[in-house]
Amino acid sequence: MPVNETLATYSDWAYGTAVVIYVLAMIFFLVEQAMHRAPGKAKLEVEAKQLATVGGPAELDDTNDTEDTDDSDEPEAPKADRGDRIGRMGFALLVLGALLHLGAVLARGFATERVPWGNMYEYGSAVCLVAVIAWIVLIRSFPVRRLTAFVLLPIVVLMFLGGTVLYTAAAPVQPALQSYWLVIHVSAAASASGILLVPGVASVLYLVKSANEKNPARFGRFAGRLPALDVLDRIAYRTTIIAFPVFTFGVVCGAIWAESAWGRFWNWDPKETCALVAWVIYAAYLHARATAGWRGTKAAAINVLGFAAMVFNLFFINLVTAGLHSYAGLG
Amino acid sequence: MTVIEEKPDVQPPRRRVNPILALLRNTWRGLTSMRIALVLLFLLALATLPGALLPQRNLDATKTANYIAAHGWWGELLDRLQFFGVYSSVWFSAIYLLLFISLVGCLTPRTWDFVKALRAKPVLVPRNLARLPHHATKTVDDDPDEVIAAARQRLRRWRIVEREEEDGARTLSAERGYLREAGNLVFHFAMLGLIVSLAIGKLFSYEGDVIVMADGSQFCNSGVLNYDSFRPGIEIDGTDLDPFCVKINDFSAGYLPSGAAESFHADIEYQSGADLDNGTWRPYTLRVNDPLRTAGDRIYLSGHGYAPVFTVKFPNGETRTHTTQWEPVNIQNFLSQGATKFDPPGVTDPAQRRTKQLAITGLLAPTAAFDGTLLQSVFPDALSPAVAIDVLRGDLGIDSGRGQSIFSVDQSMVDSGALKRVARQNLRAGESMKLDDGTEITFEGLRPWVNLQVSHDPTQLWVLAFALLIVLGLGTSLTVKRRRVWVRATPATGDDAGGRTVVAVGGLARTDQAGYGEEFARIERALLGDKET
Repeated sequence: MPVNETLATYSDWAYGTAVVIYVLAMIFFLVEQAMHRAPGKAKLEVEAKQLATVGGPAELDDTNDTEDTDDSDEPEAPKADRGDRIGRMGFALLVLGALLHLGAVLARGFATERVPWGNMYEYGSAVCLVAVIAWIVLIRSFPVRRLTAFVLLPIVVLMFLGGTVLYTAAAPVQPALQSYWLVIHVSAAASASGILLVPGVASVLYLVKSANEKNPARFGRFAGRLPALDVLDRIAYRTTIIAFPVFTFGVVCGAIWAESAWGRFWNWDPKETCALVAWVIYAAYLHARATAGWRGTKAAAINVLGFAAMVFNLFFINLVTAGLHSYAGLG
Repeated sequence: MTVIEEKPDVQPPRRRVNPILALLRNTWRGLTSMRIALVLLFLLALATLPGALLPQRNLDATKTANYIAAHGWWGELLDRLQFFGVYSSVWFSAIYLLLFISLVGCLTPRTWDFVKALRAKPVLVPRNLARLPHHATKTVDDDPDEVIAAARQRLRRWRIVEREEEDGARTLSAERGYLREAGNLVFHFAMLGLIVSLAIGKLFSYEGDVIVMADGSQFCNSGVLNYDSFRPGIEIDGTDLDPFCVKINDFSAGYLPSGAAESFHADIEYQSGADLDNGTWRPYTLRVNDPLRTAGDRIYLSGHGYAPVFTVKFPNGETRTHTTQWEPVNIQNFLSQGATKFDPPGVTDPAQRRTKQLAITGLLAPTAAFDGTLLQSVFPDALSPAVAIDVLRGDLGIDSGRGQSIFSVDQSMVDSGALKRVARQNLRAGESMKLDDGTEITFEGLRPWVNLQVSHDPTQLWVLAFALLIVLGLGTSLTVKRRRVWVRATPATGDDAGGRTVVAVGGLARTDQAGYGEEFARIERALLGDKET
């Protein structure tokens, strides 16, 4: 199985370009976010000011931009317009980046004549692509486009690490991976991980926002511009309930594959174990969200924990422990 | 459960409840509450984690021993707390057993509720539909009967109840999405089924490993002794193994120029069932992802290696050829080590024989490169094999009654001086060497061997079925929404009433509101016509 070097090179270029474009898009979205005026923020500011005069910390005045003391929507319209335009430009960049990213993944696949997720670099790339696509789909039904930078941040970090530390030259995969289960199991795992990045970020923002609501001095400037808590909660929940069955399916497929490849459907391999841990945490999230006294902050914290388990599973288990899933292609 | 639960609530005189019953009741209630279930889920996640981070004895005993040795008292403490066998430890078992009980306690009443809900009629129309999250009102030209009939038609796949109110309004309550709870219950029951199947599987499964030379050698699953290692389930005593035989005719591996393996396959023949009696052999190609499934067992190609072929020509002129598997010490280039042992022929006196036994030990390289005289292997395929061997002569200790590894000589015999090194040399395939007593040793070449893993797990299909039910139930319960629609058609009053009807529609998703809006809007458009009032 020869590797098409030309295509592989194009894939690498597209990958690098996609990362650069994501960074550019991030800047646009950050500007949009900065220009966004939260509805009812004016009211908050009044409260904040009162608080400040009552004896709160002086920095609170920072939340109060000098130009909008008249509190009405009208004079802000041009600014909001400009923010929207910048956001739309950012979105165009995001889509362009996603297309290049998709091109990079596809070119890898064609260059190696197999599915493009056979080692950790390729897997990370696929996960990030799924996350970007999930987010693009999501912002069609939720007005949260301006938050894109926060989603892109972990994606760009992951892709940067992937392109530098974890980079592996295009090559065929080892015999144990030559199975159609590689297509099913790994694509399910990558899809679930990619989608789960979205609720992870949404839940972090939820925690920030709710900390701010409890104590306006915390994250004052930042949290004021975030969407309402219930919007963040709904985003997290709706994406999690899509990803969770996919994740479950991925684990079950992994077990079916393991039965024919390793002689046992469950080996307590570190990767399996850690996936089980993440699965249990997400199950706890779903239960918490349906339990009085656990909704809101606690549920969001559990979701963040679940995503942390996913990241831990990707990095620590692949790179530090030795197990049957050690396919990173490094060392 | 019923006995305990029915009593307590209405017991006016306090402290009449038997304290033991009260304790049991409270324990049961606590255990089956969602809060405790959540805590147990976290505990399970937490308790599972050490197994991923610490070496586990059942996976890698050597690594575990090394870890304990390297970490002193800390390692011993962890060992005593069963951290090197997490999944069979007392605390792990306790957590999942409690979770299991909690699950049963949660599911029993829920199933009951679900059955009741399936029989119940959709609830009455709320007095004020405008208070619902989704609602709309419009005055239409049709009369109430027509409105209700149209709504019936539109909502024909819903569960529907029609009612008439006191003021003459006609109402319709519709509910849909019962599959959500059904999926939920399927998921949880499948979870129980999976755990039970796993537990039963543990009792009746077995697993064994055996090395077979890939030169037409046979392995028969007729007894535990045929295995190199055997791990039985609790109820397996090794007497009733599923009978089958395999014959390994050939093994080949494909490698990339980099030395990375590209494919492994073994040409085998097997017989089971009636074939055993009439001697029929069926061909099969055993590959890494392609186990042989026969006689209720699975046979895997789980490893391979090389056996050097040594021919020894003894001083009396007799020759012996042995092909003994050596074990790979490096799975990238298959540098292997081992020991091939010979008994001198024609020596009947045991004491005499114990001075003349031979062992050839050392290293084997499938593709040899010499760094001076140091043997290295540069490629995993057998392109230009060579061995770097020590020849030992004396007492191998085979008669001592102590078991010994086939991969090495008994070191205590060397230490005691009973076994002495008489030569050290590198040999390429076909080369020979002579010992001081005239014995001639020829390294003929390499033969491949394969490691077979035989597995038997009678409940594994059950586990699979429950796992698929888990996915199915989960998908259903997370995508289907339980939702309600109410319609109230009231004859219009007022000046321009003239046979017109006020139609109010309201909707409520009983679980998560998200996503119901669009569906409700479609229903609303169908019932009220396109134009909004």
